[in-house]
Amino acid sequence: MSVDTSKQPSTTDTAATELIRLAGVTKRFGGNTVLDGLDLAVQTGRHVTLIGPSGSGKTTILRLLMTLAEPDSGTITVDGQRLFPASEKERREVRKQIGMVFQQFNLFPNMTVLRNITEAPVTVLGLPKDEAEARARDLLDLVGLADKCDAKPTQLSGGQQQRVAIARALAMRPKVLLLDEVTSALDPELVAGVLDVLRDIARSTDITMLCVTHEMNFARDISDQVLMFDAGRVIEAGPPERIFSEPEHERTREFLGAVL
Amino acid sequence: MTWDWSAVREFMPHFWDGLLVTLQALVLGSLISFSLGLVWALLMRTPTRWVRWPVGVVTEFVRNTPLLVQLFFLFYVLPEWGLTFSALTTGVFAIGLHYSTYTMQVYRAGIEAVPAGQWEAATALSLPARRTWFAVILPQAVRRVVPPLGNYVISMLKDTPILVSITVLEMLGQARLFSQQHFQFTEPLTVIGVAFVVISYLASLLLRTLERRLVR
Repeated sequence: MSVDTSKQPSTTDTAATELIRLAGVTKRFGGNTVLDGLDLAVQTGRHVTLIGPSGSGKTTILRLLMTLAEPDSGTITVDGQRLFPASEKERREVRKQIGMVFQQFNLFPNMTVLRNITEAPVTVLGLPKDEAEARARDLLDLVGLADKCDAKPTQLSGGQQQRVAIARALAMRPKVLLLDEVTSALDPELVAGVLDVLRDIARSTDITMLCVTHEMNFARDISDQVLMFDAGRVIEAGPPERIFSEPEHERTREFLGAVL
Repeated sequence: MTWDWSAVREFMPHFWDGLLVTLQALVLGSLISFSLGLVWALLMRTPTRWVRWPVGVVTEFVRNTPLLVQLFFLFYVLPEWGLTFSALTTGVFAIGLHYSTYTMQVYRAGIEAVPAGQWEAATALSLPARRTWFAVILPQAVRRVVPPLGNYVISMLKDTPILVSITVLEMLGQARLFSQQHFQFTEPLTVIGVAFVVISYLASLLLRTLERRLVR
C-alpha cells in the first residue's frame, strides 16, 4: 500500500455499520495508474459524493464496485462479503446488492419501460410477475412517470429515460446505489427533474449512495460526505459544508474555483 | 429463333415441380444457415480457446472452399462412410453449411454493434448470461442483421441451380431435362430466368417489410 496515512485525510472510520471497504486498491489502464493504493470506507446509509478533475479515478471506483472492471491489486468488500478478490459465485451474490445508474441511461431499447424495470426482479430475484409489475408501477410513480409504463425508451426524453433507469436500479432493492454522472448527458432543462427524484430518494430511503457528479449544488444538497479526488487518491474528505466553504487542500480550492 | 408458346405450356407442369424444389432448397437452406451461423457466432464468443479455435478453423475452411466442391464431397464421399442422404437433403445441407459461415459474420457484426452500455446495464442488474444474450443483446442485434441476411437469401437463391450437379431436379434441372427431350432451349430457360427475378423481388419485398417492422 502506498498511502501515507499521516497526510491522507481519514476516510476510513471503523464503525460497526461499515458497508463498503476498499483497501489498497490499485487500478492501471496501460501505463496509467488511475487508482493508487486507495483506502476508502463507506458506512451504511451514507450519501457520498466523489468530486475531482476528470481522470482522477472517481468513475473507476464505481465501475470496480459494479464489477465492470477489476482492480490490479487490493481488496474490496461489501457488507462483509468479498467482491475482490473473489470467485465469480461470490461476486454474483454481492452484485445483487448494488445498483447502478449510468451517464448514458443504458435502458434496454427493445423492452417497454415496465419490462425494463421488471426484467431483473423477475429473472434474478424470482419475483412473481404481477408483484414485480406492482413494484415497478410504484417506482414509476415515485419518479413521476406513472403514465409511461408501455412506452419504449426511445419515445422518452433523456431526463425521463434517466428517471426510468433510476427506477430500474431501485427495483432490485439494492443496499448501494452508484450514480455515475447521471445528469451529464442531459439537456440543462432536464437536469432538475432527475436531481429532484434523487433528492427524494436520498431523503426517504436508507440506501447508501455513491455519486460521481459535476453538479456541486446537488453534491451539497444530498451528500453528507464529499471526497475530493486527485490522481487516484483522496486528497480531502469531509462534510459538504466544510469542503465547499473552506477547502483545506490547494488542489480542492483550484478545482472548486474552476467548477463553481 | 421463334418463340413457341406451346412449348411454354408443355414445360409449365415441370416448372412447378422444379419451383417447389428450388423453394424448398432456399427455405431450408436459409433456416440452416441462419441457425448454424448463430451457433458459430456464439461459440466464437465463448471464453475458452479450445472452442473458438476449432470453430474458427472449420468455418474459415468452409468459407474459403467452393460450394460446388463441398457439394460433391458431401454427395460422393459421405456414402463411402455409410452416410447416405437424398440428393436434395445433401444439397440443402451443403448450402446451409456454406452460407452459415457467412451469416456468422453478419451475427458477429450485429452483436458487436450493440453498445457496451447494454452489457454493463445487464451486469449491473445481475442478469445471468443466458438472459443477457436472449433478452437484451440478440433482440437488438436482430434488427441490424436482417438486411445483410436478406442479401444472403437472394445470393442463396441464385446458388440453388448448383444442385443440378448432384441430380436434384430444381428449376434449372427441370429446364435442362425438358430442353434435352424437346430440343427447345429458349422457352424453359426464359421461364426459369423470369421465375428467379420474381422470387428475388418477392423475397426482397418480404425482407423490407420485416425490416420496417423490426426497426420500430
